[in-house]
Amino acid sequence: MTEPLSFELSRPAVDPPRLPEADVAGPNPSDVLPREALRSRPPGLPRLSEPEIMRHYSRMASLNYSISENFYPLGSCTMKYNPVLNEAAAALPGFAGLHPYQDEDTVQGALELMWRLERALCAIVGVDRVTLQPAAGAHGEWTALRMIAAFHHSRKETRTEVLVPDSAHGTNPASAALSGFHVVEVKSGLDGRISLADLESKLSPQTAALMLTNPNTLGLFEREILDIAEMVHATGAMLYYDGANLNAFMGICRPGDMGFDAVHMNLHKTFTTPHGGGGPGAGPVGVKAELVPFLPSPTVERANGHLTLDYKRPQSIGRVRSFYGNFGMLVRAYTYILAMGGDGLSQASQDAVLSANYLRKLVEGDLEMPHDGPCMHEFVASAHNLHENGVRALDVAKALLDRQFYAPTVYFPLVVPEAIMVEPTETESKATLDSFAQAIKEIVAQARTDPQGLHDEPKNLPVGRLDEVTAARRINAYLQGQSEDPILGWKAPSGNPSEEVC
Amino acid sequence: MLETIGVRSMSDLLVDIPQSLRLESLQLPDGLSEFETMAHVSDLAARNRVYPDRLTFRGGGVYRRFIPAAVAAVTSKPEFYTAYTPYQAEASQGTLQAIFEYQSLIAELTALDVSNASLYDGATAVAEAAMMAHVHNGRNEVLVSGYVHPEYVQVLRAFGEGRGIKVRKDGEPNKKTAAVIFQQPDFLGLLVDPRALTAAAHDAGALAIACVDPISLAILAPPGEYGADIAVGEGQQLGLAPSFGGPHVGFIACRKELVRKLPGRLVGTAHDAQGRRGFVLALAAREQHIRREKATSNICTNHSLCALAAAVYLTYMGPYGLRQVAEVSFKRAHNLAERLTALPGWEPPFPERQFLNEFPVRVPKAPAVVRRLARKGILGGLEVSRWFRELKGVLTFTCTEVNDARALDELLEALAS
Repeated sequence: MTEPLSFELSRPAVDPPRLPEADVAGPNPSDVLPREALRSRPPGLPRLSEPEIMRHYSRMASLNYSISENFYPLGSCTMKYNPVLNEAAAALPGFAGLHPYQDEDTVQGALELMWRLERALCAIVGVDRVTLQPAAGAHGEWTALRMIAAFHHSRKETRTEVLVPDSAHGTNPASAALSGFHVVEVKSGLDGRISLADLESKLSPQTAALMLTNPNTLGLFEREILDIAEMVHATGAMLYYDGANLNAFMGICRPGDMGFDAVHMNLHKTFTTPHGGGGPGAGPVGVKAELVPFLPSPTVERANGHLTLDYKRPQSIGRVRSFYGNFGMLVRAYTYILAMGGDGLSQASQDAVLSANYLRKLVEGDLEMPHDGPCMHEFVASAHNLHENGVRALDVAKALLDRQFYAPTVYFPLVVPEAIMVEPTETESKATLDSFAQAIKEIVAQARTDPQGLHDEPKNLPVGRLDEVTAARRINAYLQGQSEDPILGWKAPSGNPSEEVC
Repeated sequence: MLETIGVRSMSDLLVDIPQSLRLESLQLPDGLSEFETMAHVSDLAARNRVYPDRLTFRGGGVYRRFIPAAVAAVTSKPEFYTAYTPYQAEASQGTLQAIFEYQSLIAELTALDVSNASLYDGATAVAEAAMMAHVHNGRNEVLVSGYVHPEYVQVLRAFGEGRGIKVRKDGEPNKKTAAVIFQQPDFLGLLVDPRALTAAAHDAGALAIACVDPISLAILAPPGEYGADIAVGEGQQLGLAPSFGGPHVGFIACRKELVRKLPGRLVGTAHDAQGRRGFVLALAAREQHIRREKATSNICTNHSLCALAAAVYLTYMGPYGLRQVAEVSFKRAHNLAERLTALPGWEPPFPERQFLNEFPVRVPKAPAVVRRLARKGILGGLEVSRWFRELKGVLTFTCTEVNDARALDELLEALAS
């Protein structure tokens, strides 16, 4: 089943919704504005009645898998249950109805929430201050690197390189490059952990920072983290923590204690703000004292119970987002932390590690495990063993979709061929993990007996595998002016433009 | 479960963590029941003052608008808000189609070829557009013309610093200029001449970046009509609550010649073996997960759910609903401007310039005026001297379809008292 586009459902006979009239004397735009300032034709928006709109979107919703209905073992993404209480909290009129330019005296509750959230995040990751401004993880990475650049600059040092492990998420090198750094890759050793020898050879007086996540993207804890921190700091560089994997160790250990100087956190991963089909998230950044002067402006300050926004920060890297960040997401994360408490967060991380190791054990006979356990909150398997049957990680992923499971992350990290990266999270029951493992077993068995059947999956979804190669070719033709077929948006069939002139 | 794994206790699973790093516990209070949690959070919410929609006359980038109930009814569907980025297309057709419709709506509104799937906000959209121009023509300066939102310019500066891009305020574009950035209407609500600004940019070989108010495009010529290369803006007015400044949504659209430099995700159509149409993430080779340090942008998570809200809003309004909203706002703002500038000592600082639904007035004792209005429960004009020293005593007032005729009277009565 597929759903037509709203544009295709549009009917010219539909009246616009009833909206307020002006009820005051005043001009029309065409009375006072010059003709060339005006739009020549109305925008070609669809025209649908409310019942048609609601059905249209309800049918589209039914085409999605989501955490509310499906197990989502998406490695490095921490797809855990999103408590509905968070949504109720963010919708409170006392939060949702606030204008960002109200006087500080009238938003004390909002500022207090931000201040308390900052304190809680400091306690969880072991840093001195946190900025809540960045809108997402990548935005947080970039913010942290800008602070690190400003720190070195303040010491009259020119450091041009950022070291990034080969197993890192793509946002790491991209954020480093956008901060003006040259990216130098550090290799992983055979045990899946960063190679200290390679790190040593890459560190130099040019090194501004090493970007690391721990546990790394293979789900393995970097045992030698204290040595790594010492090596990095000895060269005068800083250690940056990618918070994608924070769910592994809340209450167990802290990046700040490991020697990290800057830490970003994904509130939409560890702290249960919903992913929304790709955002909005929030990517706060925590820093140690030496980076505090460079935090984005404004910061939230509290003195004698009164909260203020501090804009007088001469060494600040400036502003990275309008207003104060994704406040609605901050409310959700704060609500979650409050409900869980220190005890609940610690338990959550332990359960996440337990779930991952349990599931790893259940499927280790079916898929290759390129690295020894135990793992932390996720593990990376490989479908390389199915290669002789012509079955790839992508086939396993699609076959899982047909069995009502969202697919794990595949082909990442890049250092493992045919990678299948599984992160079950703490909010899934043992029964769910068992049934997922059972599905893997069935798929691997089918790979031996009926590989073609796997190539044809998914069969039970609204569409089968989509031909992205042909789509890419058509997009190229459009972008090169060889085709009018837009592909990247709907376009009215030619000869049928918007019906009238304004 | 421990038995299946083959270990005796949790600590056997944590052996890789050096003992010296292990914590006893977190320095946080224990958890609360749902009832207690909500009571605590509600207390914080109660410590904020919420002005009624109809008595909010403050804008400056975030506006009170009528939000159809259909918007929340769609965005609160868990199938949308608890889904992940649609990497597995076959299991994410709802999200992908919604983004495709959003892209199409933004392209229609701006009259440009292609919109992306969304950015964080208006400020980062301006900055990303400037980066596109820099990558496109290799020039290292962007020119900000006129009263562009000061926070957008601050974010632009912060982004530019990493890339070695200088931000220049006002003056003429030259051969170093990658792009001319202007806002229509500008931060004060006043109209600029986008045709002249676009022509000046193009004469210098620079791109023209128009930062536009999406609702204004029901009335005003869209960027594509006057030849702007990139249109960006803040989509909060398209069905999103003020929420103390976020989350909202940044939009960006461009001519097709620039699409390969467009940041962030893009959704396109594709077909399966049976010829059924579906939607996929397209041109991913531009993005960080493939290109890594050579990507056009580092953006990954964007503001998909906010883009969904904008899509529902625009579909609900349709071309004529959107125009009605824009015209009612226009009429009321002009009615209010006339009445305010009739007050003794209240003067328009730029009397020759036109506006839509936000406008500046120079006011005697502006801070006292704002305080007096607050005492009457009215969120009055915004003091823009906070950012622009030359605009001392200037307040900007905003009117939309939520400020009914009686609310305008109440504002005038409060000022007269």
